[in-house]
Amino acid sequence: MTSPRSFLHYAAAVCGQVLRGPQGLLGALLLVLLAAAAPHSHAQGRFMTKEGRVTFFSTSIIEDIEAVNNATAALVDLTTNQFAFSVPIKQFTFKRTLMQEHFNENYMESDKFPRATFTGRFVDANLAGISAPGNHTVRAEGDLTLHGVTHRISVPATLEIKNGQLQAFANFNVAPADYNIEIPLLVRENIAKVVRIRVVLIADPVAGSGATRAAN
Amino acid sequence: MKAILSVSGLGLGLLLAPAAFAQTGGDLLGQLDSQTTNPEKREVVAATFKATHIINSQSVETPGEGTLAFLIQHRFGTLNSGAYNFFGLDQAVLRLGFEYGLTDRLTIGIGRSSQEKTYDGSVKYRAIRQTTGAGAMPVSVTLFASSAINTLKFNELPGEKQRTTASRMTYAYQALIARKFSPNLSVQLMPTLIHRNYVATPGEQNDVYALGGGLRQKITKRTALTADYYYLFPGNTADNFRNALGLGVDLETGGHIFQLHVTNSLGMTEKFFVPETTGKFFSGDLYFGFTVARNFTLKPQI
Repeated sequence: MTSPRSFLHYAAAVCGQVLRGPQGLLGALLLVLLAAAAPHSHAQGRFMTKEGRVTFFSTSIIEDIEAVNNATAALVDLTTNQFAFSVPIKQFTFKRTLMQEHFNENYMESDKFPRATFTGRFVDANLAGISAPGNHTVRAEGDLTLHGVTHRISVPATLEIKNGQLQAFANFNVAPADYNIEIPLLVRENIAKVVRIRVVLIADPVAGSGATRAAN
Repeated sequence: MKAILSVSGLGLGLLLAPAAFAQTGGDLLGQLDSQTTNPEKREVVAATFKATHIINSQSVETPGEGTLAFLIQHRFGTLNSGAYNFFGLDQAVLRLGFEYGLTDRLTIGIGRSSQEKTYDGSVKYRAIRQTTGAGAMPVSVTLFASSAINTLKFNELPGEKQRTTASRMTYAYQALIARKFSPNLSVQLMPTLIHRNYVATPGEQNDVYALGGGLRQKITKRTALTADYYYLFPGNTADNFRNALGLGVDLETGGHIFQLHVTNSLGMTEKFFVPETTGKFFSGDLYFGFTVARNFTLKPQI
């Protein structure tokens, strides 16, 4: 999917269409232009993963709770500075099996709200230089939907292109109460008012765009 | 020059495939979904019951790998035993039990009931799990086997033959078949065989067959109403004993599950409540009881 071959496939499909038309010359020219565009669009294009890691920590006097999710899907488009995350709630693993059950059944109601999403764009960022080595600090601003409640949030993140992959990290806080996640009195001391979320992504480049998939 | 070429190439690409580049974040999410959500995907249905027991009966649930469940089970005397016995609270039988999840599917358990000083050991295996999605499995099936040994000292006459160890043994075999119909309602059926190595009189059955039924109806996120019932198939046992019925409430707190109930059975393991229930439920021979389950994580999942 990410290989140059699939890009050529795309280009050939596009040109095939154009060449069938009356302007064969333009088609041939296009092929050249698109071929030249290829490496550029890779570097600045889209990145996707289905195995992003989202971890959360709740720290209180009584106990520390931690859960890990390695099945987070993310699509980042560096040409438009946009991103979308989709976190399947049932894929969070806790140390304790009972906690995991309560998390799904009572707190997140994951049958009703099977996923959390975060969509938006990178702001205050100069992504033109993203290909340069090292971490690039950006702000990710967008809508976080959790437990059926949406809030606009803005969180710091770092991006880096390394070995052709996009690596993204973010650390931010979420208050369960903001998202109507009710914590019963009996365990109020066990669960932190503010839960720390950590996101770690290593996303592979997506060849071309939606049109590529259509051509395939 | 190359940069200009590539920009213009990109521009033409844009013209040819406008949908590809001009989206908002929401569209991006739509595209992400189209690539990641799979309606065919089968997902295991979790939390059919709150705990490993319904009331008397085992449920299809197991503690999960690395989790040790400690159960404290109490049955007081019958409510109709009067004020002199403080409506049953003066008498109590107790069972302490441990259940440990060797894997997510396989659990072993041990327990000790004060009734007839009985030790029991059990194996529970989640053979089939209910799933959603394409080709979904409609039910969960858990297989349960337990053996119990009565360790009472019998008042034997000198010269009379001692009761052998084998004669103290009773075995229970069950297939627990459950379906979670909705997040609130779960129903379970349990075909049951109790084998008693020793019965006191020739008329009594060594093998007792029964069909159990149980259900759980949640009323709030953390409380549920429960019931279980055992129907004895016609025979000597059915003629002389009662079908066991229990009605209860499950209350869930952080790390504990409290189960409060009334039942016409004093015993808390299969060998007691299936073939030896004597109470008449609707005449007030009701034993108030509770089970407290506390889970300990011996091997964290992460």
